Amino acid sequence: MSSTTDMPCRPVRSGRRWEAVLTILSHAALAFGAAIMIVPFYWMVITSLSEPGSAFSTSSIDWLPRTLRWQNYEEAINRMAADGMGFWRLYANSLIVAAVGTFGQVLTSSMAAYAFARLRFPGREPLFVGYLATMMVPGSVTLVPVFAVVRALGWVNTYWALIVPGIFSPWGTFMLRQFFLSLPRELEESARIDGASLTQIYTRVTLPLARTALATLATFTFMGFWGSFMWPLIVTVTPELRTLPIGLTVFTQRYSTEYSLLMAASVMATLPAIVVFLFNQRYFIESIKLQGIKG
Amino acid sequence: MRDSRREALTAYLFLLPNFVGFVVFTAGPVLASLYLAFTRWDLFSPPSWVGLRNFSGLLGFSRTSEDSTSILGLFRVPYAANDPFFWQYLYNTGYMMLAIPFTLMGSLALALALNRRMRGMVVYRTLYFMPTITAGVAVLVLWKWLYNTDLGLINTILSRAGVEHPPDWLGSSSWSKPALMLMGLVMGVGGTSMILYLAALQGVPRDLYEAAEIDGASGFQQFLRITWPLIAPTTFFLGIMSIIGGFQGGFMQAYVMTGGGPAGSTTTMEYYIYQKAFTVFNMGYASAIAWVLFVIILGFSLATWKYGGRSVQYH
Repeated sequence: MSSTTDMPCRPVRSGRRWEAVLTILSHAALAFGAAIMIVPFYWMVITSLSEPGSAFSTSSIDWLPRTLRWQNYEEAINRMAADGMGFWRLYANSLIVAAVGTFGQVLTSSMAAYAFARLRFPGREPLFVGYLATMMVPGSVTLVPVFAVVRALGWVNTYWALIVPGIFSPWGTFMLRQFFLSLPRELEESARIDGASLTQIYTRVTLPLARTALATLATFTFMGFWGSFMWPLIVTVTPELRTLPIGLTVFTQRYSTEYSLLMAASVMATLPAIVVFLFNQRYFIESIKLQGIKG
Repeated sequence: MRDSRREALTAYLFLLPNFVGFVVFTAGPVLASLYLAFTRWDLFSPPSWVGLRNFSGLLGFSRTSEDSTSILGLFRVPYAANDPFFWQYLYNTGYMMLAIPFTLMGSLALALALNRRMRGMVVYRTLYFMPTITAGVAVLVLWKWLYNTDLGLINTILSRAGVEHPPDWLGSSSWSKPALMLMGLVMGVGGTSMILYLAALQGVPRDLYEAAEIDGASGFQQFLRITWPLIAPTTFFLGIMSIIGGFQGGFMQAYVMTGGGPAGSTTTMEYYIYQKAFTVFNMGYASAIAWVLFVIILGFSLATWKYGGRSVQYH
């Protein structure tokens, strides 16, 4: 596959045929790879619809099972509820934490980024260098002290602990500052001449111009909160505060051999992300590229 | 004059919320962690200063009565690591990072295939990207099921293909790491790095290929002389980011799939830090491991920057 180049249409005539062959080969290779990607998920779905415990044996794979046990889903939901983790509650917790956290991140880091990119004030450069310096520090270094802070604030096992520490990553500020610097100054200058205050310029000019950057930062942050694992595991104790990944882990550990139920729960846990992704692909892709810029 | 004071005041107000958060949850903790690395602290009583004891306990070797440690398998010396687990887990972490070049090459191959203007590209991209979107506990549980020794899909296929004793993937300490690496490869190949490679490939000027075509360069030569050098900055960036991420990775897999076992074979540095901090509450020691890890990461990043950066031509 490494010999395929990225030439969409070669001007040379004799290349046509070769081009067609390459296209077919690419399709074949890509389809094969895609099958490898998709088969595990298909297996997840058919396991989730199979008879608990008995349906699978090494001798046969039933790729198209005739009986589909939708009750597994109900059963998984009921068992989770019995453990104090309503499935909707897990969704709601994940959603609340991710949505509020993302809003906080986009708001505070866009304000800080605006100050860094557009306003002059004493101490701007050293402060920004301070932000940059901490970006290299791995999360495991700050893990213990942040936990200590959260504990001192009495936030353990509250939404505060789940949301607030995740809001202030220096990345957001850095990325938005870079983006704001790339915006043309003229619009802001003319708003200034028209007598707009700095706050008005920020809300009426800068933010609207940066809409796509904000949306991609929001996607990126939301995904981070949504998938966050170690932190919620550490700071939550009771079932009512568990987020989706943690609830699913607890469920997994409790019913570790009942794969049809585990897969039913897993399908329910992944479906929303897939649906959201399919409708907002552009922002997901853009947020990945934005991550690429941050180096 | 008044204007600039006003501007500075506005700036401080704009910065305030983020700055408070930055001090409390980032900058402060970095400094606090450095202090804690020199203490013994169980969260409940105040930290007590122990000097370098955490670091010597972590990195040091002590004299033993017998020749217990082998140097590269060549000869044995009468010293034993104070914390053999640290070395084992560091080895695990490094071992699992050997998947990085394969993942990157796979991503590049995918990106090259997807960069051709033909039908169905968006569909393929979506399918390959799917594991990245669903990444998380659910997919790890799925893979645990796929790797199930007796009933899992992988061993079912292997035994049907005639393999008599398919591996006990997650249950054997020699297969557990390759199993996690393979999972990471399949799940990661169509993710971030493929998207960034695709973006890089689209940035390579077309006329370069046209010129090479006229000069009679083959497809492979074009790749070697044009594509590869021009996307080198992306490779370089992805390499550094994967190394940084690799050193800090492995927690979720260990927690959800293997419990760090069997026999500690899938415990990574990150999982070790978590264990020290939150299962035995040795916060000082955990901080010391975190700082050692940070220094290792920094060293690798600087080395990559210095030696890998040379071959990269920025354009």
